[in-house]
Amino acid sequence: MSWTRTILRVDLTNGTCAPEPLNMGWAMKYLGQRGLATKYFVEETDPKVDPLSPDNKMIMATGPLTGTCASTAGRYSVITKGALTGAIACSNSGGFFGNEMKNAGYDMIIFEGRAPNPVYLLIQNDDARLLDASEFWGKSVWDTEEGIKAKHQDPLIRVASIGVSGEKGCKFACVVNDMHRAAGRSGVGTVMGSKNLKAVAIRGTLGVAVDDAPRFLAAADAGKKVLADNAVTGQGLPTFGTQVLMNVINETGALPTRNSREVQFDGAKDISAEAMAEKRVSDGKANLITNAACFACTIACGRVSAIERTHYTVAERPQYQVASGGLEYEAAWALGAATGVNDLDALTFANFICNEQGMDPISLGATVGAAMELFESGAIGTAETGGIELRFGSAEALTQVTELVGLGEGFGVDVGLGSKRLCEKYGNPDLSMTVKGQEFPAYDPRGIQGMGLTYATANRGACHLRSYTVASEILGVPEKTDPLTTDGKAALVKAFQDATAAVDSSGLCVFTTFAWTLDDIAPQIDAACEGSWSTDTLLEVGERIWTLERQYNLDAGFTGKDDSLPKRLLKDAAKTGPAKGLVNGLDKMLPEYYQLRGWTADGVPTNETLQRVAL
Amino acid sequence: MQRSLHIVPELCTGCLQCEMACSYDNEGVFNPAKSRIKVFNFHDQGRFVPYTCTQCAEAWCMMACPVDAISVDAATGAKVVSDVLCVGCKVCTIACPFGTVNYNSTSGKVIKCDLCEGDPECAKACPTSAIQWVDANWTGLDRMRTWAAKTDAGTQATAH
Repeated sequence: MSWTRTILRVDLTNGTCAPEPLNMGWAMKYLGQRGLATKYFVEETDPKVDPLSPDNKMIMATGPLTGTCASTAGRYSVITKGALTGAIACSNSGGFFGNEMKNAGYDMIIFEGRAPNPVYLLIQNDDARLLDASEFWGKSVWDTEEGIKAKHQDPLIRVASIGVSGEKGCKFACVVNDMHRAAGRSGVGTVMGSKNLKAVAIRGTLGVAVDDAPRFLAAADAGKKVLADNAVTGQGLPTFGTQVLMNVINETGALPTRNSREVQFDGAKDISAEAMAEKRVSDGKANLITNAACFACTIACGRVSAIERTHYTVAERPQYQVASGGLEYEAAWALGAATGVNDLDALTFANFICNEQGMDPISLGATVGAAMELFESGAIGTAETGGIELRFGSAEALTQVTELVGLGEGFGVDVGLGSKRLCEKYGNPDLSMTVKGQEFPAYDPRGIQGMGLTYATANRGACHLRSYTVASEILGVPEKTDPLTTDGKAALVKAFQDATAAVDSSGLCVFTTFAWTLDDIAPQIDAACEGSWSTDTLLEVGERIWTLERQYNLDAGFTGKDDSLPKRLLKDAAKTGPAKGLVNGLDKMLPEYYQLRGWTADGVPTNETLQRVAL
Repeated sequence: MQRSLHIVPELCTGCLQCEMACSYDNEGVFNPAKSRIKVFNFHDQGRFVPYTCTQCAEAWCMMACPVDAISVDAATGAKVVSDVLCVGCKVCTIACPFGTVNYNSTSGKVIKCDLCEGDPECAKACPTSAIQWVDANWTGLDRMRTWAAKTDAGTQATAH
């Protein structure tokens, strides 16, 4: 048990929905969610497929623990070929959508084809139907979610949808559920939009069962205690959210600033967790209203914020004067440090718009940062920006452009291309801070060396969540390593990549791993699921998943040459802070990493390696 | 000593562990749709509020039941539905002013909080103590203490 053992296959071209049994042989090898859905995806699609073609598929997948009472066990992922990257994409979201899918009786939903007209999928347990979405097309995520609940007179329906950006082809559109939780990266919302699929609405009332309930409850309780007793998951994250990192990373000299021209941001303190909690002089209220949890999460790192009512972004627009999803660290960095903007409420507003119109704030902020550098260097001017003075530090420029991207209008169409295509279009490809077409997040690889290898080798393009060596290099979890050296980082990155792939396949949140090791996770999976799931098994599964994703990317046309970093990180040394004078030492880490993975010098898994990981 | 569920909304993060614990205890599976306690998310205000039966002393549901299927558990004070006697007429769901008695179409009976025979699973599952299990006669104790502390501090400050 714990898997429902049922998938729903939705043929958008022909308008049909049909359940089918889950391939349990694959479940035993790939667990669920990221791993299992990637296996289905790789088996069913041509790796050369155009991400926006009807032949691309999109899978929404839960893990075996999704919907149980294990802490954080509400996750689901969207797996497809990314519109931003052309690589395997797997974007993970919390909120309350994954558990609803599980409660409706499905481990995953496979979408194929393209609907002739906009549709949404409505699932009420075994009743799954595609319905006309013409009344929601052109609407925001927020209006779509509220509209679907109102139309079906059921406030308990959970909705995942795309905003206007995803309809209009913004390359970093995401799929947003529960108003402000997102399967954020790689343009999975763009793929959904290309399929004319506006939303998936689910009401599930069947319940989720586990294999050995008493043992599972004991293991889940033990896990919760570890999280509660840990300083990061028990205190830091609930109090400050991921934003606890802003001042820490800035002091480390690893906060990519103004399109990575610098590694420290003088405005970091103004956009930090501490600033969010500080009461304003004007109205005595703080930006942060409260913390909030996703389904089953006992950490509760989520932020709920409200903008000062007199702030220029909302003064004339009362609909934005209410509480909504607040800044997480990555969003605050991208919208703030990457653009040089230190106006906390402006960043909060841009974040609201990202949620409302379904855009990845990391890619958006990083691309605006690149556009600002293009503007300041004269590569583009007001003719291109539609009159916007797109200078570093301009809050007005940031919020104006964010709204334009959200609606797919004016200069927003250019920014919606993402940093790589934008910089290529205007003749400065080296100004794009991307790997495999995806903007890298909030850690500068000159100040945290392991993150250089992390970005270079991440299968979905530059990403911090594939091997968060920050935990070790900065926070000392599970043990402290020196962020300024490349020594030992190849092995560290591989270990994090394999473990994370397993966690991402379970239904649990990767943030648990600030406190949990696989030794805490394995007993929970083992009690909930059939089969035998030890730490070693999970590491094997993780390595198998990583290799499967790698093989897909190679088949899609990527090579070892794509395991690289923007020149700026390899040639221009950090100007200030502890990493002053350093570039990223990727050339020292990458060959060792390939060797540890059992790949050739060109980054291709050898036949022995493929056999070893049972691919 | 009789105890009461005491809910402190400002501590709630909206994680739904209470709904899972409740449904698991009553249904044997994790199923928030069958929970006797519900958490409400007032999104625009950033507030989460758990809500369930307050076990009225003179319970409307009990008075309204035409087949006497709802009785008082003498030990806990809970108003408990007998699945054997309940005919699923739903009159109690109409009678309850708070909406905390609801029909379960799967079983054809009504469901409501029964305080888990004096050991409520929701309170044990709550990671933030937003749901507490306290002396039924002193649900106001924490709030009194908070105000008492402020009163005392004021007096002290004046005295000094």
